[in-house]
Amino acid sequence: MTGTSTATGPRTSPTTSGVGQSAGRPDARQKVTGEFAYSSDLWLDGMIWGATLRSPHPRAVIDGLDIGAALRLPGCHAVLTHDDVPGRKVYGLEHADQPVLASDQVRYQGEPVAIVAADHPETARRALGKIKVSYTELEPLTDARAALETAAPRVHDGGNVVRHVKIRKGDPAAVAELVVSGEYQVGMQDQAFLGPESGLAVPAEDGGVDLFVATQWLHADRTQVAACLGLPEDMVRITLAGVGGAFGAREDLSMQVHACLLALRTGKPVKMVYSREESFFGHVHRHPATLHYEHGAAADGKLIYVRADIVLDGGAYASSSTAVAANAATLGIGPYEVPNVRLDCRAVYTNNPPCGAMRGFGAVQACFAYESQMDKLAAGLGLDPVELRVRNAMHEGSVMPTGQVVDSAAPVAELLRRVSGRPLPPAAAGTDRDIRGLPGGVSNTTHGEGVVRGIGYGIGIKNVCFSEGFDDYSTARVRLHLIGGEPAADVHTAAAEVGQGLVTLQGQIARTELGVEQVRVVPADTSIGSGGSSSASRQSYMTGGAVRAACEQVREQILERGRGLFPGHEDLSVSGGKLVSARDGALAALADLLAEPAEATVTWRHRGTSPLDPQTGQGDAHVQYAFAAHRAVVDVDTELGLVKVIELACAQDVGRAMNPQAVEGQIHGGTAQGLGLALMEEIQVTGGKVRNPSFTDYLIPTILDMPPMKLDVLELADPHAPYGLRGVGEPPTISSTPAIVAAIRAATGLALTRVPVRPEHITGTGPERDA
Amino acid sequence: MDFLRPATLQQALEAKAERPAAVPIAGGTDVMVEINFDTRRPDALLDLNQVAELAEIGSDGGLLRVGACVSYARIIGELGRELPGLALASRTVGSPQIRNRGTVGGNLGAASPAGDAHPVLLACDALVEAASVRGTRLIPAAGFYQGPKRSVLAPDELITAFRIGPAMGPQQFAKIGTRNAMVIAVCSFALSLWPQGRPAGTGGTIGTGIGSAGPVPLRATDAEEFLAAELASAGLWESGVALPSTVTHTFGELVAGAARPIDDVRGTAAYRRHALSVLARRTLGWTWDSYRKGARQCA
Repeated sequence: MTGTSTATGPRTSPTTSGVGQSAGRPDARQKVTGEFAYSSDLWLDGMIWGATLRSPHPRAVIDGLDIGAALRLPGCHAVLTHDDVPGRKVYGLEHADQPVLASDQVRYQGEPVAIVAADHPETARRALGKIKVSYTELEPLTDARAALETAAPRVHDGGNVVRHVKIRKGDPAAVAELVVSGEYQVGMQDQAFLGPESGLAVPAEDGGVDLFVATQWLHADRTQVAACLGLPEDMVRITLAGVGGAFGAREDLSMQVHACLLALRTGKPVKMVYSREESFFGHVHRHPATLHYEHGAAADGKLIYVRADIVLDGGAYASSSTAVAANAATLGIGPYEVPNVRLDCRAVYTNNPPCGAMRGFGAVQACFAYESQMDKLAAGLGLDPVELRVRNAMHEGSVMPTGQVVDSAAPVAELLRRVSGRPLPPAAAGTDRDIRGLPGGVSNTTHGEGVVRGIGYGIGIKNVCFSEGFDDYSTARVRLHLIGGEPAADVHTAAAEVGQGLVTLQGQIARTELGVEQVRVVPADTSIGSGGSSSASRQSYMTGGAVRAACEQVREQILERGRGLFPGHEDLSVSGGKLVSARDGALAALADLLAEPAEATVTWRHRGTSPLDPQTGQGDAHVQYAFAAHRAVVDVDTELGLVKVIELACAQDVGRAMNPQAVEGQIHGGTAQGLGLALMEEIQVTGGKVRNPSFTDYLIPTILDMPPMKLDVLELADPHAPYGLRGVGEPPTISSTPAIVAAIRAATGLALTRVPVRPEHITGTGPERDA
Repeated sequence: MDFLRPATLQQALEAKAERPAAVPIAGGTDVMVEINFDTRRPDALLDLNQVAELAEIGSDGGLLRVGACVSYARIIGELGRELPGLALASRTVGSPQIRNRGTVGGNLGAASPAGDAHPVLLACDALVEAASVRGTRLIPAAGFYQGPKRSVLAPDELITAFRIGPAMGPQQFAKIGTRNAMVIAVCSFALSLWPQGRPAGTGGTIGTGIGSAGPVPLRATDAEEFLAAELASAGLWESGVALPSTVTHTFGELVAGAARPIDDVRGTAAYRRHALSVLARRTLGWTWDSYRKGARQCA
């Protein structure tokens, strides 16, 4: 850890697992030893199994649906179709446009058409096979730019544009001495979580349902599930089950409504678990993007204008496309000062798989394009790529293209200097190297032949928390009471632990704020108010803020009791399980003040944001900005097009490292996900059909692909945020991709305008149709 | 689905004769994936893990006899000296867990053109030992594969072992994947040199095998003959001088020409051909360098 630490708030406890310390995860041992219960491990005696029939076609009219044979199958308890959805027939995070079960048509391959419940997964599978669906196939609309043409078939009645975000700043006709332009493409990345969609729905005596599920936002699930079931929300109770990764893929509903429908119909607990292949059809992916950019700069490298046109392929349903488009647009020129900006970002409907939230959320696609442009500009000016970035770097006080003033640390130049100032790893030498350190690795494709080293840089910007005027809040209940005579705190929120370490963090905050060691983080469920989504890098900020605020209220109750018992002591605090006076030291054990428990529930909000002006994109839309920079050092086998990333250095400002080890884990993981996008991760879709729905052919990086990292974690406190913290999870995913591609360009001299970069791109051996 | 667990080879052969549709399973690294993905629903699985004979390593005449259920990890650990090419190929198979379970017998049984062992078996003229209650026969690797996931194995036959000559010269194996470990071959190439001829007396001085670039694993016969002739006519085996670049280049082109690749989700046909020419050139350089060093040491 380097940098300054200026934490706000009291540090009342000498605890070894408080804020700022690398407290261990309570689930670490179970996860490493395979003992952890994920949602796919849920079990209840007497439960039956749900399964989903999905459309094999990307676009078709449903002419008929015959479920008779399936219903007659012994062991099959229910077969439900669109007609059996009792409430709202559609759902969605921002626009409810996605059918719970398809009615008259299907709009993507894998769209759910019918569901069954049976006494065994195998019976359920057989029942699915007995459902007869007659389709009339239609030509799918699969090109996002073609979807914008007036003659294009409409995926939905309202037209194919989900949202068009316009950013207009300064002179639209600005001219510059040096102009570079380029068109860039980003392939469809998958979140590739390891725990498939799964959960257990249990019918309740009151006619409602209890759902145990792996998700990212319990209350958003409940709102949608209750509407589709036609039940009041209090009759749908959701408890978080063990989450095996999320990365945005659990923001949208998957099996939630289906399992509840089956449970309510059959009166039995119903479990659903997607297979790995089904999982690829069961959640949204990262939007593929086509991005056209033009940068104009003065001879000294100062940016004069950026004009950009971004098209995001949202696939068949809206999901979170509107927010992804806003991010790609508002963050679309990167962490740079640019006086004149004209940017259009459109998210469109097609018959491709639906796309929505994934770590980085629109900022990833834009960053690949604008960082590629910055390198192109540097080359055109004969400037070092870091120097060009530093000359244009935004800083605290800079104005975003939306007109928003950046009002906390924005150490863009410093982050770049940190990664570029590091010593480089030793140069590749000789042909006697360990092949595990060479491109191709153990596949033994080179002993040094054809290998050229390259170095590249990338820096990105990300918003933290929900934006554009959204009422973003989290709720926490903290109760301080005695367990076996010892003071202990219970912390209850509905915020989802998705592996990021939120449970650990809540305990750290309670220990620090209340001066107790014993903290129990109660399982997340909907019996308390919403914790908001575990996305947008927001939970440390939001639920961390809510837990702290609740602890402060509880602490004040204790101090009030203390002031009553010890009149004259005004400067009281709690520390190490004791009530402490600044003048006289320990006055009493905390336990002595807890004859009655102290409890507080707080709904906590970040400062407000504003919507974007629909014509100009002006508005204070974001809560907080976060930045990370990468330097990538790669070895490229230029003859075979294979790449070994030798080292990744990252510098990131986290405001306050609440848990340094968890911060490092987030940077490692986010960087690896960006490496995946740069080199291998792509859902290949042809004619609307997914060609590689498996981990055999959807490749994610292994330990031999992900190099050792050098980290610089800055702690420049944001005065607006709890403890000064800045969201950590997304920024490293954003900048590692362009840094790696820049390094490959440096090694090969190729333009490389598409990610992932495939060996064919480096060797010029693409398919015939690209030639 | 029935699960048959014979304790002896004889019981296994009888079970296979009785239930020819039973799918043999050893490590399960292919079969279980197909079952989990629901692409295969056999009536019965024939578990060979209890049959001790199938996990034995021995010799027969001048050839090694390697049981069908010997894992890749054992090939790496126990046969690295005798079978360096196969050990190299085994190192590229999956993850440590997969190498602990997966077997060459399984590679042969699946007969996928992407199987990592096939190119080496071809380059080394290995013989596949197939047994049934009717008897045992030896099938040359080059005649074993019939099409994608199809072989000449009869329905009542089990693969019991493969027989392969121990290396008498350098061997290499290289495989292209789009990540640096745990990857299915986009294409692969094996090369073996036999300066003094083969242990069984038949076959030339050069052996090749191409993986994942055709409907079946392929030999690059023209490339073998070209190189053997070049080495012999110019006296290169004796002189041990560096190979002219025209020779390595032409060898690479001939290997690429022997491939019959397609465009698929893992790579393009054009890339596969290109990569094979590079791999052939490089592996030839490595094996020839080893040969020259070895020759110098003997001198």
